[in-house]
Amino acid sequence: MSVNIKLEFLGGLDVIFNSERYHKVTVPSTNASTPLILRDLIKYIVDNMIKDPKDIEVFIENDTIRPGILTLINDTDWELEGEEEYVLESGDVISFTSTLHGG
Amino acid sequence: MSSDITLEQLKERLAALELENTQLKSELSSNSSNTKPAESSNTQTFEPSTSLTLEEYTRYGRQLTVSQFQSIPGQLSLKNSKILVIGAGGLGCPALLYLTGAGVGKIGIVDDDVVDISNVHRQVLHDTTRVGWFKAESAEWYLRRLNPNVDIQTYCYRLDPLNAFDIFQEYDLILDCTDSPHSRYLINDVACLTGKTIVSGSGVRTEGQLSILNFRNSGPCYRCFYPSPPPPNSVTSCKDGGVIGPVIGLVGVMMALEAIKVLTGWYTEETFKPFLGLYSGYDGLSQSWKCFKMRGKKKECIACGDASNEGKLTRELIQSGAIDYEVWCGVINYNVLKESERITAGQYADILGKFKEDGHVLLDVRPKEHFSIVHLPHSTSLPLDKLRRISDKAQLPFDTDKPVYTICRYGNDSQYATRYLNDTFGFDAKDVKGGLYKWSMDVDDKFPTY
Repeated sequence: MSVNIKLEFLGGLDVIFNSERYHKVTVPSTNASTPLILRDLIKYIVDNMIKDPKDIEVFIENDTIRPGILTLINDTDWELEGEEEYVLESGDVISFTSTLHGG
Repeated sequence: MSSDITLEQLKERLAALELENTQLKSELSSNSSNTKPAESSNTQTFEPSTSLTLEEYTRYGRQLTVSQFQSIPGQLSLKNSKILVIGAGGLGCPALLYLTGAGVGKIGIVDDDVVDISNVHRQVLHDTTRVGWFKAESAEWYLRRLNPNVDIQTYCYRLDPLNAFDIFQEYDLILDCTDSPHSRYLINDVACLTGKTIVSGSGVRTEGQLSILNFRNSGPCYRCFYPSPPPPNSVTSCKDGGVIGPVIGLVGVMMALEAIKVLTGWYTEETFKPFLGLYSGYDGLSQSWKCFKMRGKKKECIACGDASNEGKLTRELIQSGAIDYEVWCGVINYNVLKESERITAGQYADILGKFKEDGHVLLDVRPKEHFSIVHLPHSTSLPLDKLRRISDKAQLPFDTDKPVYTICRYGNDSQYATRYLNDTFGFDAKDVKGGLYKWSMDVDDKFPTY
């Protein structure tokens, strides 16, 4: 079953997503018997939403979200929710925020 | 200046200013010598107060009457606290302003930088007359007038692995108001090893972040959140990315509030929940604040985790210099050109005279926001980021038969642009060393710098 997800790209990450911070996406199911997980969503974002291949390294390093980007599932750190194995549900808000260093 | 001012009047004005300058300097040095403890002041005793003076009742009356502040015990907690603010810039200034106003007993300020006129739009303790002063001393100058009850100590040098432990030991709470990952990791590691809570803020452009780290040695630390540093090219400073004053100011003010909450015991080990706050000044048509629930302390963390962890940090390890924080966080290599691929601003002026404006191409590779502030009239805007996405020579938006020169703000991005042009398209492009900054210094002093 496909899921409807609200995506947030914060901390300046929106630059690689057409400078739009908020997106609504429908992630199509790949296999009817296995639920969609966060890893599928990340692949969906890389395959469908990042227009320029050069921007992928801004988002991904060693096949996962690159250091310096925090991933939040419904306003909660993904570490508390199973990280990439988290089972997506329609209505979830998934946020990615780049860490800021300036002061 | 109007031309009817006579030379005599100017001389008088100069003499008056010189006198004022001397008076201010002597005032400052007498203030400093009275109250600045020696470097070895950790032996000095800081007597806990059990009461407020009459002046303090009046001065702090407006916060004393707020129930969450917890009345006299709350005020005494602040009065008996010692906090260390690292960085007296966009975050440190507003944080210091409110914490000094609120009556924290002792405040240390660490910053090795000096005030630049480009700081003053957001670094609200400094002003136009104190450009060139150490930021820590300029902040002290302001804060002493704001609240003479507060004991202020300045450290006009850079925090480093050798001096950090001795400084931290004198304080109860650390405010990380710095601007680079390597200082944030150093502050984190030393705070974990000396058992200090950190109130941490950051920001750039239109957004800011806020957190409390290593809360009473039981909350997660910076390394729990970020075990490995970000790639150096993903790190944007306020100097490069720009920053809106009130945005970073709000984060600094929020840091002051979190510091007050920590010091007055609003949070306890039982009630504290790790969080990361994210402020956005331009969220569509409004402003927004999001607060994320964060992971707890990680047992395997090398800074705050179990002592038996492989690679666990120790004071000895850090002080031995075994961790080069700057190298660990990565240094961007800008030296990508041969000397023959570079020219000075003066040489470019000669080329401009020889080829004229239409006999060559000058590519300005700064972001478009920078180009729109000021540029050389004959230059073509092609931001580095955009240039690097072009792999087909026919798509280059300039006459590729003409000699090509590149320029940027300080001469870093122009080197990358030249490297890319020469490697990808076989050009013989050259970059202008030191960029528009050197152009302004060496060739045209009417050309604005920013």
